[in-house]
Amino acid sequence: MLLSVENLGVRIGKVEPLSSLSFTLDRGEILGLVGESGSGKSLTAMAVTGLLPLIGGRIAEGAVMFDGTDLSKLPEDRLRPYRGKRIALVTQNPMTALDPVQRIGDQVDIMARLHLGLDAKAARARTVELLTRLRIPEAVTVCDAYPHQLSGGMKQRIVIAMALAAEPDLIVADEPTTALDVTVQAQIIHILGELVRERGLALMLITHDMGVVAQVCDKVAVLYAGRLAETRAVGPLFASPHHPYTTALIDCIPREGMARGSLTGIPGLVPSVMSYPSGCRFHPRCPRADATCERTIPETRTLPDGGIVSCHHPLGGDHG
Amino acid sequence: MADPLIRAEALVKRFQTGGGLLARPRAMLAVRGVSMAIGKGEVVGVVGESGCGKSTLARLILRLIEPTSGTIHFDGQDLTKLSRGDMRRMRRRMAMVFQDPYSSLDPRFTVAEVLAEPFRVQGEEPPAGRIAELLGQVGLSERLSASYPHQMSGGQRQRIGIARALAQAPDFIVLDEPTASLDVSIQAQIIALLSELRRELGLTYLFISHDLGLVRYFCDRVVVMYLGAVVEVLPKADAPARHPYTAALMDSTFAPDPGQRKTLRAIEGEIPSAFDLPKGCAFAARCPRASDRCRAENPELSATDHPVACFHPL
Repeated sequence: MLLSVENLGVRIGKVEPLSSLSFTLDRGEILGLVGESGSGKSLTAMAVTGLLPLIGGRIAEGAVMFDGTDLSKLPEDRLRPYRGKRIALVTQNPMTALDPVQRIGDQVDIMARLHLGLDAKAARARTVELLTRLRIPEAVTVCDAYPHQLSGGMKQRIVIAMALAAEPDLIVADEPTTALDVTVQAQIIHILGELVRERGLALMLITHDMGVVAQVCDKVAVLYAGRLAETRAVGPLFASPHHPYTTALIDCIPREGMARGSLTGIPGLVPSVMSYPSGCRFHPRCPRADATCERTIPETRTLPDGGIVSCHHPLGGDHG
Repeated sequence: MADPLIRAEALVKRFQTGGGLLARPRAMLAVRGVSMAIGKGEVVGVVGESGCGKSTLARLILRLIEPTSGTIHFDGQDLTKLSRGDMRRMRRRMAMVFQDPYSSLDPRFTVAEVLAEPFRVQGEEPPAGRIAELLGQVGLSERLSASYPHQMSGGQRQRIGIARALAQAPDFIVLDEPTASLDVSIQAQIIALLSELRRELGLTYLFISHDLGLVRYFCDRVVVMYLGAVVEVLPKADAPARHPYTAALMDSTFAPDPGQRKTLRAIEGEIPSAFDLPKGCAFAARCPRASDRCRAENPELSATDHPVACFHPL
């Protein structure tokens, strides 16, 4: 297993926004990390990429096992060979991920020069090859351009090229297509899928869009208010979700031929980290909640299909 | 349509930029001759990607900006000919809900002040109990009326934006991407609320979105725009696409079902600049069906039950 997050807990100051999170991801696989805003998706990305100190956070318990090494125990200087080289991050907003005063080529070249030790000429050749692979027309010309001269979709491809330049094993992509138009989103999702299959990369794809998850992911981890609700292979998850929150999230997406009025959303709001409810954190919004859910944190149970669900009253059998 | 509430004819909006000391002014056509009618009680969707002119069209229809040419009739009256005073009185009958509930509410106004403003603009005060009634209509508690926007969640803010639009009991509301900055769970709540309000108050909506899946769920008819022009009107929300661009949009909309994965024929390239429109069909450069004719001539929107502007429709 390339990445195995085990019982991860994250603290920021006095609060613990993320607790007991476990999931795994192997080469050639795409894991979708889903949940509403405030469910802890981006924090998970920061924990895996070792960026928590940037926001004053730290891993308080558990392990982030990457290729046999527990990254959560490494000091900053020993993390550097991993971050950017073996684990790359693609952020949500390509407008802010690029340096506005540096040419595109230089920004991508630096990755291969820094991490692979290539000289300027070899690095540029690699950059052009990568940009071409990402179907950027006239890659040589684009290398001389500045970010503001490119469209949003083009910029996001540049950010992906930067992530790929050091030949990482794992890419963590935090809402990589949210800021883009739908046809461009489809292109980027398609390209990411291809790269995973052909290079044996592992991709952790953070999204709030269950449509994107169904389209491209192999497995899914559903987070709610800083805890894992359910993690399964994509087929079974959509065919028979066990956690009521998973069902609710799926039902938020309009389907072809859905009758008007059948889309109702999830009542209430994701609680803030300062006021996580007792027991199961989803209970105030859950149609199946009872007194047990208010009092007791549900245990995580391993399912026959290898998935994990954390609910006192899971749904069984067919969807619904 | 016997008696449309809104009838827009050949709307054109041209914007000019630049024109400094050295730069030559550049003109772009944001809306290129759009005609459409909206019946009373109808929900019409306008879908397209950024830069297709859908928000400009909405603002033209409400006469928030002046058209370069063309007319808009609202309940039989030509809005482009109304005086300022008449237009202001007419504004009671129309309203708009904006995309971003963070920037469309004044941070210094309490909820009660936000909701009183549409009355004050008309030189009135809200009738007693109206603010509580409006909050009730959008599913919020009256206790929120002393709150400020920063004390509320995105979903609550958007409900305030909707309550403000309802304040003067309008007939027609333009919804400009009202859920684009919200979580999917909240998006579904807001859409359910809008459906309910429409049923109860007999409202007519123009719903603008980039999300074809959502538009087809919510709307009676769907207008598809590309680079300032209408390329297709789906007469029913579930009608099949005839324009290759509509088909591409449908292919880019993923169903929440891994059994229905799309084999992406991913259309290549991106939307050309509106400053530099190609000759012929604006979609030709990205279109898998484009012929020489498409690159030379601009197809007109057909005058049929299922209008489409394409030489080689599906």
